[in-house]
Amino acid sequence: MNVRRRRGGVVRPGATGVCRGGGIYLALLVLSIMVVVLPLGASSLEEQVRQVTAELRCPVCQGLSVADSPSRMANQMRDLIRERLQAGESPEAVKAYFVERYGEWILLAPKREGFNLLVWVLPFLGLGGGAVVLVVVLRRWRKRAEAVPASVDVDPAYLDRVRREMAQDQS
Amino acid sequence: MKKVLIPLSVLPILFLLAYGFWTDPSFVPSPLIEKPAPPFALTLFDGGDLSLDGLRGKVVVVNFWASWCFPACYDEAPVLEGAWRAYKDRDVVVVGVNVQDTEKAAREFMDRFQFTFPNGPDPQGKISIDYGVYGIPETFVLDKEGRIAFKHVGAVTANVLTTQIEGLLRRAPQVEESTGGHEREA
Repeated sequence: MNVRRRRGGVVRPGATGVCRGGGIYLALLVLSIMVVVLPLGASSLEEQVRQVTAELRCPVCQGLSVADSPSRMANQMRDLIRERLQAGESPEAVKAYFVERYGEWILLAPKREGFNLLVWVLPFLGLGGGAVVLVVVLRRWRKRAEAVPASVDVDPAYLDRVRREMAQDQS
Repeated sequence: MKKVLIPLSVLPILFLLAYGFWTDPSFVPSPLIEKPAPPFALTLFDGGDLSLDGLRGKVVVVNFWASWCFPACYDEAPVLEGAWRAYKDRDVVVVGVNVQDTEKAAREFMDRFQFTFPNGPDPQGKISIDYGVYGIPETFVLDKEGRIAFKHVGAVTANVLTTQIEGLLRRAPQVEESTGGHEREA
């Protein structure tokens, strides 16, 4: 009883201490998460510039994004994009401006609508079709495999001998 | 079954290949055709300013060029200067926009071909991007209402330029005449 009480007495302040410490740790954890996550959530200007330039084709390059191209034109496009974002335009509006001038060609990934959907759907259709073909072919092979032993005549005497020899081997 | 399946799988691939080889990947259709030309202002090499708005009512040829663009820009330079000299008295203006260039090289180029039409630099590339330029040279022909009527990628020839200019010079009065005719009929 005494021990228990003492223990309780010892534990209680300790518990509040742990609790207080936990609070500090929790606060630190929340703070560090905020420090790490907040800039991403607010998506800084440079982050937005990077995002938009990564989705736009560098017009003077071969299959390079504006973000990846060191060309002068890509530099000028980056400056223009930064300028427009700074002026308060949304990333979508900036992309729309380039589409208006260059056509959808300027987008590295085609918009997911209309005929373009084919590009997004076709790989999965191909995958599904391939699976169907695979199943059909495997089934056919299995049928053939099942059919084969029935059609082969085995000499009963020969079979007997094999069984006998196997039994000898095992013993 | 196999007789049907093989052509069935090969034909789409052949069509795809045929389409891919017949279309020119370097040709990008401009969405700006028949749209109002983006306005711009140029600070000209020989001093002074030029604003596209001030050219309303004229057929305008806007050419994007650079001194490093060889041989296409060198091929078309005499054509542009020739068109300017032939048509400047008939409400036609040729404007040169020099892109991604140094002033010195641009001036040497203009001296070499004895340019007399207005030329100015596009130092930040804003005019080129506004016009959806993806290669040098590119030439736009604007009608009298300031719409982009025609775009040519690569060295423009005298034949193409003359046809376009003549067509636009003829087009505007024709529209007025035909509406006048309708009024008379009514």
